[in-house]
Amino acid sequence: MNAMFRISGAGRLSQAKTASFSFDDKSYTGIEGDTLASALLANGVHLVGRSFKYHRPRGVLSAGAEEPNALVQIVRDDARKTPNVRATVQELYDGLTAHSQNRWPSLSFDVGAVNDIASPLFSAGFYYKTFMWPKSAWKSLYEPKIRAAAGLGVSPGKPDPDHYAARYAHCEVLVLGGGAAGIAAALAAAEAGVRVILADEQAEFGGSLRFESGARIDGQDGYAWAQAAIAKLKAMDNVRVLSRTTAFGYYAQNFVGLVERVSDHLKNPGRELARERLWQVRAGRVVIATGAIERHMVFANNDRPGVMLASAARTYLNHYGVAVGRNVGVYTANDSAYAAAIDLKKAGVNIAAIVDLRDNPAGPAIDEARALGIEINFGRAVVSAGGKLRVSSMTVQPKNGGGGRTIPVDAILMSAGWTPSVHLFSQSRGKVAFNDETKRFVPGTYAQDCVSVGACNGTDGLDAAVDEAYAAGAKAAKEASGKAGKGAKPKVDAGESWSRGMLGAAPGAGPGTTVKAFVDFQNDVTAKDIRQAVHEGMHSIEHVKRFTTNGMATDQGKTSNMHGLAIAAEELGKPIPQVGLTTFRAPYTPVTFGSIVGHARGALFDPTRRTATHGWAASQGAVFEDVGHWKRAWYFPKAGEDMHAAVNRECVTVRKVAGLFDASTLGKIEVVGPDAAKFMELLYTNPWEKLETGRCRYGIMLREDGFIYDDGVVGRLAPDRFHVTTTTGGAPRVMNHMEDYLQTEFPHLNVWLTSITEQWAVIAVQGPKSREIIAPLVEGIDMSDEAMPHMSVREGKICGVPTRLFRMSFTGERGFEVNVPADYGEAVWEALWAEGQKHGATAYGTETMHVLRAEKGYIIVGQDTDGTVTPNDAGLDWAVGKKKTDFVGIRGLTRPDLVAKGRKQLVGLKTKDPKVVLEEGAQIVADPKQPIPMKMIGHVTSSYWSENCGRSIALALVAGGRDRMGQTLYVPMPNGTIEVEVTGMVFVDEKGERLNG
Amino acid sequence: MLLIRCPYCEEERPELEFRNAGEAHIARPTNIAAETDDDFEKFFFIRANPKGVIYERWRHIHGCARFFNAVRDTVTDKFVMTYKAGEPKPAKLPGAAK
Ligand SMILES: [Zn+2]
Repeated sequence: MNAMFRISGAGRLSQAKTASFSFDDKSYTGIEGDTLASALLANGVHLVGRSFKYHRPRGVLSAGAEEPNALVQIVRDDARKTPNVRATVQELYDGLTAHSQNRWPSLSFDVGAVNDIASPLFSAGFYYKTFMWPKSAWKSLYEPKIRAAAGLGVSPGKPDPDHYAARYAHCEVLVLGGGAAGIAAALAAAEAGVRVILADEQAEFGGSLRFESGARIDGQDGYAWAQAAIAKLKAMDNVRVLSRTTAFGYYAQNFVGLVERVSDHLKNPGRELARERLWQVRAGRVVIATGAIERHMVFANNDRPGVMLASAARTYLNHYGVAVGRNVGVYTANDSAYAAAIDLKKAGVNIAAIVDLRDNPAGPAIDEARALGIEINFGRAVVSAGGKLRVSSMTVQPKNGGGGRTIPVDAILMSAGWTPSVHLFSQSRGKVAFNDETKRFVPGTYAQDCVSVGACNGTDGLDAAVDEAYAAGAKAAKEASGKAGKGAKPKVDAGESWSRGMLGAAPGAGPGTTVKAFVDFQNDVTAKDIRQAVHEGMHSIEHVKRFTTNGMATDQGKTSNMHGLAIAAEELGKPIPQVGLTTFRAPYTPVTFGSIVGHARGALFDPTRRTATHGWAASQGAVFEDVGHWKRAWYFPKAGEDMHAAVNRECVTVRKVAGLFDASTLGKIEVVGPDAAKFMELLYTNPWEKLETGRCRYGIMLREDGFIYDDGVVGRLAPDRFHVTTTTGGAPRVMNHMEDYLQTEFPHLNVWLTSITEQWAVIAVQGPKSREIIAPLVEGIDMSDEAMPHMSVREGKICGVPTRLFRMSFTGERGFEVNVPADYGEAVWEALWAEGQKHGATAYGTETMHVLRAEKGYIIVGQDTDGTVTPNDAGLDWAVGKKKTDFVGIRGLTRPDLVAKGRKQLVGLKTKDPKVVLEEGAQIVADPKQPIPMKMIGHVTSSYWSENCGRSIALALVAGGRDRMGQTLYVPMPNGTIEVEVTGMVFVDEKGERLNG
Repeated sequence: MLLIRCPYCEEERPELEFRNAGEAHIARPTNIAAETDDDFEKFFFIRANPKGVIYERWRHIHGCARFFNAVRDTVTDKFVMTYKAGEPKPAKLPGAAK
């Protein structure tokens, strides 16, 4: 069954292929190839939404991407509810479900429409003026209410289940826009044999050839020519043709973002298809062929459903076979609306009257309309549209005033002229120029290797556009590659030419009037609002835009910008170019977050690094924590243990027996070369030249300003080879820091730096039994205290694989760190674990590691230091080579502030109540009775429960801390002040005897 | 996304492969420990922030890993030229007014 307004024999769709769909729970039938808008119009449905501010009934204005009114919610399932979809772009599929937005309880009866009656309250700048006071009410009252009332659709309640693809592409010539001009340019470039990409936002190529009924190119109908040309381009290996693909952003150096809608038009997209695909294209030359957008007429009630752009009505008829009404009025200021009237009249639709603002226009279109018997009124204006949910009449007056008459209509087609789509050109940082004769902005000065052709360049007429585009395509290919084509330029046999028109408010909506003549439909901005903004002191178009929100909706003012500008210019008494055009910004049309994010979400958002023992730790029930990109075992709870119990057990067991800890995430850098020691002398505060082979040293690295940058144990494997460790998080920046100095400040040093973090798995075995656990597995290394004292390194074998065995300790116990090639990490761990089991050793995680090192007062760079801490502040002055004449940071250390008294120094804190564990980051004061704001003298950097000490312990940075030993200080907290005593930083084994215990 | 020419790789690569490393042609004093407070302040803290041509260091961190120097226009964001670390500040810039 054909819908009521589908005209048999009209349009290009096969009327046999029906598709059923629902709109606001009512079922309709459309046909394949329809957009939701054309299908609704075929069923006589014009009322499709309510406006943003006034909740006025709104219908379909356009037939394309510029649509400001017909925004709907498309619902596929609970997780796929897309709001703000332009019905003019959404392709119909069988079973499509759409809902209108911004209305309650129903589209035809909307309570929010009271805003329309109360509209004097909602004039320009209303948000700024009304919701100023009290400030606190903004978050709690105003904003939630406004958001609820002004909602444009609802977000889906579930995560997006679709996937989004991404491609990078390179080409010599990228053509944006697949109308007659774009196709001609692509043909010319393609014939030169260069790589060409042609993209168009529509499902079908052809642009305005979709509606321009009289166009003939190369002896055939214009639209048919376009399809044949596209078929030819698709068959060429050097050409990529992308339909449903919008160029949304033009970035530096001809880098253009395209988004391809892959499956939104399909009934059952299936999970194998991406929903959208982001193309990031780097092009040698870009040909911009984005056409022009028709402007509406600005008159009272020009937003009534049924009032639409003339070219849209023509598209619905000539492409979709849909009549937008049965008795249609036309209101125009240029020739192109005549073509719409003629096409509709020929299809059997009554044209009630053409109202033309111009006094005595002449031309073939006017002659033809007259010959068809259409009533034409020159020098007259439509001053108001009648009707509410659907236009019912138009009131026509002489444009200079005088008696009017009301003509019944069920649709009004309007055309104020055409605005070149300079958006992408402008995004490329090109400067537009105002053509005073044609009253339009066209591309002026270019900033990138691109060229605009056709209607977007202000080139009028199909013949001229195709000529220009073909030449530009050939030139772009030549410039980008040196190659020339040998094809033939398409010959335009017949085509239309539209130019001129008007800008700004039409008669009846001009200065002094207060009618609702809409400039920006989506944001409900009227001509009066713009004049009011000027009266209130907004003299720049950027201010007018922000004050009125003109052009700031999701359509970015595609139909409204020029009208708004002209009205402001008239009110200011300045020429248009002096008032200026607002900046065009990406995206050209809304882009989903999904297409920008692509696959980089969830588990793929960021890389995850796992150590060699990850699987083993997981099988033992380890709880993991994120440290940078690493997953590190945090603690290993046994059955029934919470974190606290597990950590206490691990801490006690390490000091009593031994523990195994995966330290693989520490950064490791090999510093190799004849000048390796010299380089180390310059990069670390410590002396290195005299460090014997086979010995280790704790090194501190500073920035040039004297503050601690990183630390770690360094082993000298050979006179020319150092094995350097860094903090887990610091590995990349330490490597960068070293490379920077080596390449740029000390290039005379013969040194090579290699990151070996990933190459070596590191198993720390710590505790009194550590040697007994390791020794049975080791070959070729004498592990006696005499042969291998604390802070030494040996190379040999463990479990038959090579090892760099460090004797070092981050727990204060006798300890070793077993380095083995990462591939053997898990096997060696399991062998060590089996040995450890014989003694009752535990596996421990990062939490226990933190507690044990804090018990010994070992700092963690980045936790106990914050980028403003010197070695002296941290109690590490001993690690600074006093006889050295140079190292990075040596001069910074003597800066006045760094040697001043009263600097914050690292100390220990013991709470008076041993059970109280301080909060890390808590502030410290000397006098808790002082008035707020209190003088804070430091803060807690590390704080833990220490089962080994039977009490809490903490480290803190405190002003003049080392002079405060034994003093009582205070930590004010929300539920009371905590008393603490300043102590040394070592809580366990102050003499360090356990290192050999 | 900008294209940047690495003077070591001798080709243009996308900006993503590079990292900015601050102003160029600020040499670390050879006897830095003897610097006065004022001289050290100038060397370490004071940086130019020109509108227009800036000389800065970049690193081809996800490529050859070399540090190099670049001349960039802070207004247009365009790279005027790049050259190897250690080479002198170019006396004449390509495309500059004669
Ligand atoms: Zn490189």
